[in-house]
Amino acid sequence: MSQSHIDVRYVAKLARLELTDDEVATFQPQLEAILGHVEALSKLDVSGIDLAAHTGVFGKMRDDVPHDSLTQQAMLQNAPDQAQGQIRVPKVVTDA
Amino acid sequence: MTLSTLRQQLTSGETTPAAILHRLAGEISARDGQTGAYLSYNLEAALAEAANADLSLPLGGIPIAIKDNINVLGQPCTCGSKFLENFISPYDATVIRKLRAAGAIPFGRMNQDEFAMGSSTENSALQITRNPHDPTRIPGGSSGGSAAAVADLTAIASLGSDTGGSIRQPASHCGVVGLKPSYGRVSRYGLVAFASSLDQIGPLTQTVEDAALVLQAIAGGDPLDSTCLDAPVPDYLSGLNDGVKGLKLGIPKEYFGEGIDPGVRKNVEAAIQALAAQGAEIVPISLPHTEHAVATYYVIAPAEASSNLSRFDGIRYGRRAENPSDILDLYQKSREQGFGPEVKRRIILGTYVLSSGYYDAYYSRAQKVRTLIRRDFESAFTQVDAILSPVAPSPARRLGGSSGDPLHEYLSDIFTLAANLAGIPGISIPCGTTDFDGSKNLPVGLQILAPHLGEAQLLRIAKAAE
Repeated sequence: MSQSHIDVRYVAKLARLELTDDEVATFQPQLEAILGHVEALSKLDVSGIDLAAHTGVFGKMRDDVPHDSLTQQAMLQNAPDQAQGQIRVPKVVTDA
Repeated sequence: MTLSTLRQQLTSGETTPAAILHRLAGEISARDGQTGAYLSYNLEAALAEAANADLSLPLGGIPIAIKDNINVLGQPCTCGSKFLENFISPYDATVIRKLRAAGAIPFGRMNQDEFAMGSSTENSALQITRNPHDPTRIPGGSSGGSAAAVADLTAIASLGSDTGGSIRQPASHCGVVGLKPSYGRVSRYGLVAFASSLDQIGPLTQTVEDAALVLQAIAGGDPLDSTCLDAPVPDYLSGLNDGVKGLKLGIPKEYFGEGIDPGVRKNVEAAIQALAAQGAEIVPISLPHTEHAVATYYVIAPAEASSNLSRFDGIRYGRRAENPSDILDLYQKSREQGFGPEVKRRIILGTYVLSSGYYDAYYSRAQKVRTLIRRDFESAFTQVDAILSPVAPSPARRLGGSSGDPLHEYLSDIFTLAANLAGIPGISIPCGTTDFDGSKNLPVGLQILAPHLGEAQLLRIAKAAE
C-alpha cells in the first residue's frame, strides 16, 4: 500500500466497464484520493487479528427439499431478448 | 397521522384502507410533484389489496411505501438506476411477504441513490428528491425518498435499506425516525444487494412506536437468507414505555470531536441531558478505532458491490446495449450506458482492492480492522447499555452543493458506518431543529446504538428520548 496509484482503465476493463476518456480523467484523481485515505489502515498493527467476514453466527443450511421456484415465464419477463423460451445473446463461439 | 393512530381509526371503523389510500394519493398529487419522493405508485393494485385487508392483523390495512431496491411482485424495482428502468419484479422480497402477512399494503416505490450508493439521493439516475423542510436541500440518502415521503406526510411509514447509514442519515435530515436493525435480524431476500455483509432493511416512521410496529412485522428468520438469524423475535412494544432510569448510556468522545456543526452538537447534547434528567447514567466512553471506520468501509463496501453488481451484464434483465460487436462488448457497453458515475467509481474501487496483488494490502487488512471496530463496541457494551451520538456532522446540505469530491462526501458518513461494520442496531430520532447555512429550523437527529439484537432496548431508549 505504498503508492495509491491505480490504472483506472485497466481496472475498469477487469470490471467489464467501458469508460470514456472524460470518465477516466475524472475518476483517476478521485480514486487516488480515496486510496490515499485508505492507506492509514496500513499503519495499524493487525497481527493476530482475525478477519471479520460476518457478524453474528451463521452457516446454517436449509433442508435440501424441492420447493416452488419462479416459472419460465417469470424468468423471461425481463429478458432484453428472447426466443423459443430462452434468453438470446450474441454469438459467443466462433467457427473453427 | 401516525401508523398507530390510523390502526385505531381502522379498527373503530372511523376510516377504511381504501379511504387512507385515496387520501395518500391526494397528498402525493398535491405535494410530491415538488418533493419527488415517489418514483411510481399503483393505486389500483393497492386498492385491490385494500378490499381484502384483514383489519384484525397488526398492520391490517396500512399502506407502507417501499424503497425501490426491494422487490414487490409485479411492480418496478429500478434501484434508482437507468439499468433497471424497465424492470418489473417477478417475486416478493421476504419483508414484503411478512408485511402482507401482517396485513399491510405495499404502496409506492421510493427514490434512492442508484443501487443505494450515496447519502443525498442525488445519485438517483431517475429524479431529484427534495427535503420537505427546505426544498433547496437534499433529503439525505440513500433512502431519501423513503424519508422524505414520511416527513412530507405522503406516506405513513416506509421501508428503506441501510448499508452505511442509508436509513438513519436521511431520517435525521428529514426529521423522522429511522431504524437499522442488527445484521441478521431482518431477511435480505429480495433486497437488491449492494454490500451483503452490511445491508439491512428497516423502517422509517413518524414515531418510535410506529418503528417498533413495523420491525415487529418484518423481523425473524428466513430459510431464503442464510445470514438471517432464527433468534426469537421479542415483543418490541411491551417494554416501550419502561423509561431509561438506571440505564447506562455511553458518550463516545470520538463522536463529539471537531467538525460537528454547533447546532447539531447543541441539540444532541440537550437530548442527552434530557435522558439524564429521566434517570439515565451518562458515561464517557471511547471507541478508539472510529477514525478508521471510513477507510475500512470504503474498502469492504465497494469490494462487495463490485462482486454483487457483476450480475448486471445486460443478459437476463435490465439494459442491453444495441449492436454490440461481440459478447464482451455487450457487457461493457451495457454497463457503461446503464450505470451512473458513483456506481462506476465504486465498482472500480472494489475491483481494485480485490485484484491480484492488492487483496491482502486492502481487503484482508480492512476485514481485520473491521474486527477491531467490532471489538470497540463489544468492549463498550460491557460498560454501557447503549451509545448516544449525532447521526451526521451537520444538517442537510443544499442540493447540488456537493464539493464534487467523493472522499469529502464519504467522510460525512463517519457516525453511521461503524454500526454496519459491527452489525449492531442503530436508530435516528428527531432531536430538535437548528438554523444552518442560511436556512431556519432544519431537523437534527440523535443516534442511539445498542448491542447486537438489542432492538427492544434501543426502541425503549428512543421512546424515552422522543
